[in-house]
Amino acid sequence: MARMNVNPTRMVLTSLKKKLVVAVRGHKLMKDKRDELMKQFLELARENKALRENVEKELMEVYASFAVASAVMSPQLMAEALMYPTMAVSIGVSVRNVMSVNVPVFEFTDEEDTGNIYPYGFAGTSGELDSAVKSLSQVFPHMLDLAAREKQADLMALEIEKTRRRVNALEYVMIPRLTETIRYIRMKLDENERGNQTRLMKVKDMMLEQAILERREETENLLHDS
Amino acid sequence: MYKIGVIGDKQSVSGFVAVGLSVFPCDDLEKAKAVFHRLAECGEYAILYLTENYGKDMSDDIEKYKDMQLPAIIPIPGMCGSYGVGVGHSKKAVERAVGVDIIYGNQE
Repeated sequence: MARMNVNPTRMVLTSLKKKLVVAVRGHKLMKDKRDELMKQFLELARENKALRENVEKELMEVYASFAVASAVMSPQLMAEALMYPTMAVSIGVSVRNVMSVNVPVFEFTDEEDTGNIYPYGFAGTSGELDSAVKSLSQVFPHMLDLAAREKQADLMALEIEKTRRRVNALEYVMIPRLTETIRYIRMKLDENERGNQTRLMKVKDMMLEQAILERREETENLLHDS
Repeated sequence: MYKIGVIGDKQSVSGFVAVGLSVFPCDDLEKAKAVFHRLAECGEYAILYLTENYGKDMSDDIEKYKDMQLPAIIPIPGMCGSYGVGVGHSKKAVERAVGVDIIYGNQE
């Protein structure tokens, strides 16, 4: 891994060391987050699979009963019967935080809940339509549940993808690069230190040699005088 | 408060009026797409159910709203049966999160 382009100084070394500590800690946290998200996501996905199969099956039954109803009644009559619904469904959306993913929670409220799901009088309509509407109103809460869960799965998948990228970036790019650079600076500083030491030793030797020479000259002079 | 929309062919969706949903019957794909984008962008709808006979040709359009918190776009089978669009979407989510599909794998 290529090292960063930095000056090999003690100050940079200190700051890089701090960065490395942060990166390692961040990596651990991200990894934990990814694992937990994954665990929850897989659980959710398994439940969703069963729920979707169930809802699709029930919806097909609803369609079948509507088909029967439309066979008995004329299309105009049916459209007329269903024209004014008794229930006006509206949903409140609140946000739930699952592992830092904000998922919407749907709470559905029937306005004008009269307890009567049939938006028509029984005189002009067939019994088949009644059962079709009844089964649809039974499927509906499941459809709502499915919507919330599928949205949650989508959002969690996005978050897992992001977290996984971050983990990989830290693990395979940031941390190796930082360690490499720290190693480089340490080597460079050590090398400078060794260079300095030899230089000092050399200077000391030279100074010693000079002192010896001076001393020798002095003695020679003294001897010469006497 | 948000509303719930249903988009699809007339035959499939007409029943949903009875449970109080806003129903948008569309005769062809073009119209369905236009209605779909209008509803998804107006911000009044928290959930949009889309029948699969249109949903199967609109995966790009659905993809666009996938990462947003709202609306939730849920493909449902239409009168003429399921094309596996809904399952396909969940499958893609699993693939995205895990890398390979380990939940829906043995179905197709």
